[in-house]
Amino acid sequence: MKGRAEKFTEHLFLVVALSSLSVLALITVFLFVEGVPLIAKVGLFRFLFGTVWAPSQNLYGIFPMIVGTVAVTLGAVLVGVPVALACSVFLAEFAPTMVRNVVRPAIQLLAGIPSVVYGFWGLLFVVPFIRSHLGGPGLSILAGSIILGIMMLPTVISISEVSLLSLPRQYKEGAFALGLTHWQTIRTVLLPAAKSGIVASVILGIGRAVGETMAVIMVLGNAVAIPESILDPARTLTTNIGIEMGYASGEHQQALFATGIVLLFIIMLLNSSAQLITRKK
Amino acid sequence: MERRTPRLRAIVSFPRTGAVLCALSLVLSSSLLSGCASRVQAGTILAGSTSVQPFAEVLAEEFMILYPGTTIDIQGGGSSAGIMAAENGTAEIGMSSRSLNETEKKLWSVEIARDGLAVIVNPANPLTGLTTAQVRDIYSAVVTNWSEVGGPDAKIHLIAREEGSGTRSAFESLVMNKIGITPKAIVQDSNGAVRQLVSDDPDAIGFLSLGLVNANVKALELDGVAATDAHVVDGTYKLSRPFLFVAASEPTGQAKEFVDFTLSAAGQKMLATEGLIPTSTGGAP
Repeated sequence: MKGRAEKFTEHLFLVVALSSLSVLALITVFLFVEGVPLIAKVGLFRFLFGTVWAPSQNLYGIFPMIVGTVAVTLGAVLVGVPVALACSVFLAEFAPTMVRNVVRPAIQLLAGIPSVVYGFWGLLFVVPFIRSHLGGPGLSILAGSIILGIMMLPTVISISEVSLLSLPRQYKEGAFALGLTHWQTIRTVLLPAAKSGIVASVILGIGRAVGETMAVIMVLGNAVAIPESILDPARTLTTNIGIEMGYASGEHQQALFATGIVLLFIIMLLNSSAQLITRKK
Repeated sequence: MERRTPRLRAIVSFPRTGAVLCALSLVLSSSLLSGCASRVQAGTILAGSTSVQPFAEVLAEEFMILYPGTTIDIQGGGSSAGIMAAENGTAEIGMSSRSLNETEKKLWSVEIARDGLAVIVNPANPLTGLTTAQVRDIYSAVVTNWSEVGGPDAKIHLIAREEGSGTRSAFESLVMNKIGITPKAIVQDSNGAVRQLVSDDPDAIGFLSLGLVNANVKALELDGVAATDAHVVDGTYKLSRPFLFVAASEPTGQAKEFVDFTLSAAGQKMLATEGLIPTSTGGAP
């Protein structure tokens, strides 16, 4: 009796779980069915490394977007990771319980703000600030990096804080017993010990930055040229899809799906490397 | 390990059931869809330019209220696709936001309105006008500083629309003369975003539908002619494009009623309220 009910629920849950997986499968299949013919037609090399994107002239090179994605993501890491690491060390080691109880949920709240709000805020405050103080049109890699750097904070902070907190107590006690100060302990014992978790958190944060679309469309300027400075506008892979899907048809639309395939590979690579790093531990 | 075996088997056997379910739902949904499609075909189908589409939708909505029981189905696809659809009968009426080329001239067509394109700058910019050639040089990055066209010494911040946009292709054919817009131009995906940026940035230049120019931006004179509706109508302001209805032959029945409604005083007034310039052939009953 119990066995059958047990079996039934087990199968039910399996079906429900598989249905979410099947969505992933459907999207992947769809991406490939739509995108691969165009990549085949243009040629993988010319698609990835072509520097001209002009669908109206049948030129599909996404290299400027790849450069844009890498530049903005690197910028976001430079902006976000130091702040996030300092914050996680503070939360795990220095913060009094009361402060921690306020700061931690506040950071979680940061993750709950819709990306369009980040973009709007960036457009109204960050972009004009850059335009009037640093020059250029304001819509730039710098603006995108700042916004994405803030957006990846919650991911990086919470995962690296957890990996700091989950270290065995003996590490810290041993270090103290050897006469190290608190900061020396953090720098020479705790941070190196939590390294894999921290690196994984950064990679997941990068994944978030690479996949972000809405906020980036609003502050990045979306120009399809290879940027020459951080004050130049640029376009990422996601924004290429986001900004052009409205009117795209035929080959142009296929090219956007093909952009999605490239994006899928990048995200897969990032996620699996994050998993690999944490598992090694 | 032993614990896992039955579960593994379940996973292996499940895709088959899943596939059957998937297939079933596909069959169901496709039959539903085809049911819908056949029902819609009873009405009039308009297809084509995404620039004309929103205006046609407004007209269709009003038309269906005025004539209960009629169905007007508006689809996008782009001007060329719309003209082709009208030619081969997939759609009763094709919508185009560009003039017909030589091979398309044999089709029946009527201009329902005109849309002006304004070249806009920030109100703080002292320039009041440019020539078409200057605008072309600016957008092809031959000219990159405002001082080269009589403005202040500042780098020009170019703003364009995205690939595929009707406004962009109209600008390309009217101004650029087969020279591409430089890839360095900032790209925004709506008229509103272009206007917002230009109103924020003293060094910016952009282009948008004439009907959407407001006090926050300044429309430049082109070749000495102010960008106004009146100048578009009398043909002196060159940056304008026709919005056309195209059909394989002169429409009859409900399609004709809809075209007549569009060209009627009421229809033209609605288009004018939406920011278009009423056509000279319209206005009559």
